[in-house]
Amino acid sequence: MNLGLLFFEFFKIGLFAVGGGLATLPFLSKLAEKYPWFTSGDLANIIAVSESTPGPLGINMASYTGFTGAGILGGIVATFGIVLPSYLVILLIARILQKFNENRYVQTAFTGLRPAVVGLISAAVLSIMELSFLHPNATTILTLLNWKALVMFLLLALIRFRFQKAHPIILIGIGAVFGIVFGGF
Amino acid sequence: MKEYIDLFLTFAKIGGFTFGGGYAMLPMMQRELVEKKNWTTNEELLNYYAVGQCTPGIIAVNTATFVGYKRKGILGGAAATAGIVTPSVIIIILIASLLKNFAAYPIVQHAFSGIRIAVCATILVSIVNLWKKSVKKFSDYIFCIVAFLLSAFTPISPVWIVLLAGMGGIFTNPKKEEETK
Repeated sequence: MNLGLLFFEFFKIGLFAVGGGLATLPFLSKLAEKYPWFTSGDLANIIAVSESTPGPLGINMASYTGFTGAGILGGIVATFGIVLPSYLVILLIARILQKFNENRYVQTAFTGLRPAVVGLISAAVLSIMELSFLHPNATTILTLLNWKALVMFLLLALIRFRFQKAHPIILIGIGAVFGIVFGGF
Repeated sequence: MKEYIDLFLTFAKIGGFTFGGGYAMLPMMQRELVEKKNWTTNEELLNYYAVGQCTPGIIAVNTATFVGYKRKGILGGAAATAGIVTPSVIIIILIASLLKNFAAYPIVQHAFSGIRIAVCATILVSIVNLWKKSVKKFSDYIFCIVAFLLSAFTPISPVWIVLLAGMGGIFTNPKKEEETK
């Protein structure tokens, strides 16, 4: 495992993921395809743990994926890598704070970036959902879909929409209990 | 030196005791940084958040860098940044090492198969909220759908999609300056 490569990949994420922790997800999803550090299946577990523990989501996910790829040192290196670009950028713009936000190019760039980030995150979630909702070796449409998982998903999404203020850890707890009761999905 | 340690510990407390990051951290930051320490004002803090959204990286971390830099320059920024990430790194590595040992147990696997579905549900709701906030005009739909399609069905790295979307925004909004005047 090459720590330099790990650092470089997370540095790139830190430099290009705009819009907070969840915006790092599409990048992590591509990393899962590109390197053997962790799989898309691991990624769902990593999100669950990162949502259920204190600290910024993006940092938790970076520490976890780095750890999965290269152990304790990997977790530290990945976190350092993802933080360094924003640290440098903030130092650069701290003096011109107000001007930066009102800059015409910054503002107009974000009219494209904001909606694009929504699309990127959606695509990343879709690739995670495939693993839970589709059976890989199915022959017909009825067996292709994991109906049990789909019903569970709709139920949980409904609860989530109804109680938006509730902490995600509650939903994750419900998911875990149902998973154990039904013997897996 | 004492001030650097103070910066580190204060931000470590914020990082270690708030869940979710970003906006979930704002009330804790207000209490610790504005009310207790007087390091910044509520208005400044909201400005940092606004800039944090328009700069790469994780918003809570960007805010920590800002406050630390304002207090004690480059090293202050480093102390605050290190403070906010340290609890995460320690807690995550502990949990990840534990889970690694238990991952083979069927009950853990079953639990995680349910948890994965719950995660999809929590993120779906986040996406819907983001969508409501960021996708309103016709051009927003185009940016969102094109980014989705490129990311889902081509091997193009999100790096390029982000760069293209930013440039696209600049080129399709040439009148922005007059509007804001």
